[in-house]
Amino acid sequence: MRFRNILALVLVVILGFFILQAFNISPEEGQLVIDEFGEAEIENRTAKLYINKSVNSSNQKVVYAESKNLESGSANMVTSVIANYRSLDTLGEVTVLFLAATGLGAVLYSNKKKERNFIVDEGSLILKTGIKILFPLLILAGAYIFIHGHLTPGGGFQGGAVIATAFLLKFLADREYELAEHKLKIVEVIAGISFVGLGLYGLYTDGSFLSNFLETGTIGTLFSAGIIPLIYVSIGLKVGAELTSIISNLIEA
Amino acid sequence: MTLLYSVLILIMLISGIAALVFDKLLNSIIAAGFVSLMASALFYFLKAPDVAMTEAAIGAGLTTAIFVITLRKTEGSESE
Repeated sequence: MRFRNILALVLVVILGFFILQAFNISPEEGQLVIDEFGEAEIENRTAKLYINKSVNSSNQKVVYAESKNLESGSANMVTSVIANYRSLDTLGEVTVLFLAATGLGAVLYSNKKKERNFIVDEGSLILKTGIKILFPLLILAGAYIFIHGHLTPGGGFQGGAVIATAFLLKFLADREYELAEHKLKIVEVIAGISFVGLGLYGLYTDGSFLSNFLETGTIGTLFSAGIIPLIYVSIGLKVGAELTSIISNLIEA
Repeated sequence: MTLLYSVLILIMLISGIAALVFDKLLNSIIAAGFVSLMASALFYFLKAPDVAMTEAAIGAGLTTAIFVITLRKTEGSESE
């Protein structure tokens, strides 16, 4: 036990050393040139570059369903920022949500199964039948939102929240409904590992974490944008499993 | 369009104040959820559909549900 503590301390110190090194930007390299007001070339502004998906390469006009092999081939500009240019931030957000779900589970955990006193009355026939029809449709809508995250508005977080809402409705309709918690955990773990694994593979092949190592294809088609759909599927499954476990923890507490 | 924004913001303000004023906590939770719903409509009209979806699913849907569940649980243990 003592050895493990020392080992953990050493690992944390080494990691902290590397993290501190990242802040050490020399002023010659990271010089920032800001043009005066009215003098700046609007073509080179960051927002324009993000819209045309050419932050590193030359700035060209993007035509929907025609342009090929763009830097980030997602038709939805928000997605190309969230899941490609700033996907490390998204990894942080997913981690925060994971910590919140874990903390809630730790606070609300109890050995004995209490009876659920949330639903005072049995759900009415209309509620039960309606949710029986709505449940698969809501799951489908959530999956659609995160699979088409690079084409239409929405993405992993929204799709996961819709899936969690479907499970909430199921809990409301059926008093006896129980979720297999360990299956949720398995989905969550596999999704999280595949997100980080995609990032590490990008680090291995392209030399930067979470870089888009696949071909981006034609903009606007389903199989485009490289690893963005894969990342969004893993985020959607992870967020859906986490929010569902939060709800089931709260209802069963 | 400005009229639409103004009406939406006015509804948000009114329901926000209502959430503070209401005596019953359940009513306050519903009013707070209504603020989120109106905010999501506002985001949609301001051409931010991504944020509107997040606000509608998490702000208006899940947060309200979680608050109601927590309220039920805590009230039940207090009255016993």
